[in-house]
Amino acid sequence: MSSFLDAREPAGIGRVPPLAPSWSTIGRVIEHRAMLYRRTFRASLFASFGVPLLFLTAMGLGLGGYVDQNPDPTLEGLTYLQFLAPGLLAATVMQAGSFEAAFPILGGLQWNKIFHAMFATPIRAADIAYGNIVWIALRLTLIATVFAIVIVGFGASRSPLLVLAIPVAVLTGLSFSTPLMAFTATQRTPDKFAAIFRFGITPLFLFSGTFYPIENLPEIVRPIAWVSPLWHGVDACRMLMLDTVGRDPLLFTIHIGVLVALAGTGAAFAARTFEARLVRG
Amino acid sequence: MHDSLATEPTPAVEEALGASRPAARASAPPLISARGLTKRFDDFTAVDGIDFEVAPGEAFGFLGPNGAGKTSTMRMIGCTSPVSDGELRILDMDPRRQGPQIRSRLGVVPQQDTLDNELTVRENLLIYGRYFGLPREECARRADELLDFVQLADRGKDLVEPLSGGMKRRLTIARSLINEPSLMLLDEPTTGLDPQARHLLWDRLYRLKQRGVTLVLTTHYMDEAEQLCDRLVVMDKAKIVAEGSPQQLIQRYSTREVAEFRFLPGVQETLDGKLDGLASRIEKLPDRVLLYADDGEEVVMAARERGIHPEAVLVRRSTLEDVFLRLTGRSLVD
Repeated sequence: MSSFLDAREPAGIGRVPPLAPSWSTIGRVIEHRAMLYRRTFRASLFASFGVPLLFLTAMGLGLGGYVDQNPDPTLEGLTYLQFLAPGLLAATVMQAGSFEAAFPILGGLQWNKIFHAMFATPIRAADIAYGNIVWIALRLTLIATVFAIVIVGFGASRSPLLVLAIPVAVLTGLSFSTPLMAFTATQRTPDKFAAIFRFGITPLFLFSGTFYPIENLPEIVRPIAWVSPLWHGVDACRMLMLDTVGRDPLLFTIHIGVLVALAGTGAAFAARTFEARLVRG
Repeated sequence: MHDSLATEPTPAVEEALGASRPAARASAPPLISARGLTKRFDDFTAVDGIDFEVAPGEAFGFLGPNGAGKTSTMRMIGCTSPVSDGELRILDMDPRRQGPQIRSRLGVVPQQDTLDNELTVRENLLIYGRYFGLPREECARRADELLDFVQLADRGKDLVEPLSGGMKRRLTIARSLINEPSLMLLDEPTTGLDPQARHLLWDRLYRLKQRGVTLVLTTHYMDEAEQLCDRLVVMDKAKIVAEGSPQQLIQRYSTREVAEFRFLPGVQETLDGKLDGLASRIEKLPDRVLLYADDGEEVVMAARERGIHPEAVLVRRSTLEDVFLRLTGRSLVD
């Protein structure tokens, strides 16, 4: 068999090669992440089950047993576990989405520079950004699905629309991932991540209606929830899982609209900051 | 301070030297042509209007100190950094509009390793082939062949991280060949390697050259440029200051031999004028004096006759280091 390394005439100008379509180049970026993920798949899946089990047991059953002594009058027979489950689903996916947009992305751009290696091939900067976003979406889908399975195991869903809460939770995660990813591409050190998680992600986790209705908050801090993407995600998941979308379809539409707008804008910005970063070297 | 330039080589010499170029044919259109190529960052000009051409099959070098503009030039050729001004054609394509297509035919060895430490040696090659859209079976076939070529076949299943610096460089070279590039770009391929690793790498690059691969490389090692380059340009402060084959440059800007005199500390400063006329050019460095002449031994004899007794004497052939010193008044390596 002849080797492609055999001596030959030097390659000349030759033909102009065809431009690979974006779906193909984006696919190659995803393939890289999948190759890496194969190594950690089992540990990662185990962790995906662990988090919802711990939270739903501690808060749903433990705290819930205490809370349920004063049931919600508007929802017949609603348990705290059922109230909490959609909130935790959205919030967990948000946290995973934020993490995935921070450290692994900075790694590829700064530490092992593998995104720079990709950029030396026909893959474009925007492909690298979009490929990573799609990959994060896949990761979040897995996490949300596992979470939903655990919720069913706890008997904490009141509606088969739980199935639709999975993509809504993923969308919630992406509404954090894409803007944060755009920001990450402007950074050379992880120094600012700690502040973002401490003063951004954690307060949102606590004040976005995850653990209690935002009506319970003092009126002054309630607007925090309204502008929080997490609240839109939590409330949309809750409407699906408690089967209350019909009560306020407009609100549900607004929730989805805000999340789509955030995720989309973030993705567009990420494509631009990736380009700027990879060009600068 | 210095006397006139060494005599220009005669056309016959020029031709004889040019004949050492293996595959570059005057008729073939250049793979790279740059005219007035410029790269600016805000108010800093990294590359200042340089002109050059690279022919198919040629090994072409950019020689210069750190900060001369070599890497900026390479990144423009690699279509990862946009041209600020001037004209650049690569494989007869326009990097402004056809970057991804040009990149699909390049093999790039960046200055810093960009290997994926979390993957195995072989996986690094497989996934890189996929970036170019090659089918998986073809990636696997080429990966095995390339691992043999860079003598890493027995490390294929190992992770990248524990590999030595030289092995990582070889893997990066293998990776850059996975798409059978028409043009290889190597940015300081052996910087930071020990001598043995460098020689192994040079050997592989030399083989590629023999196989007809066009190489463009940057280096600040003159021995590397002399070993690998058919033709090179000397860069200094964002500009090209000379161009030719290594032998041509040495002929044009230096003498055949150099006598190096080292004196005990303090002695060199007391010599004023005593060395004048001994050689066609004299260069005083902080730690030694370089005397350029066609016959170095003769210079040493003549100096002894004048009663000059250096602590140490070395007669050697001129190198590109001397060319660089001549052209810029500074040494090449930091």
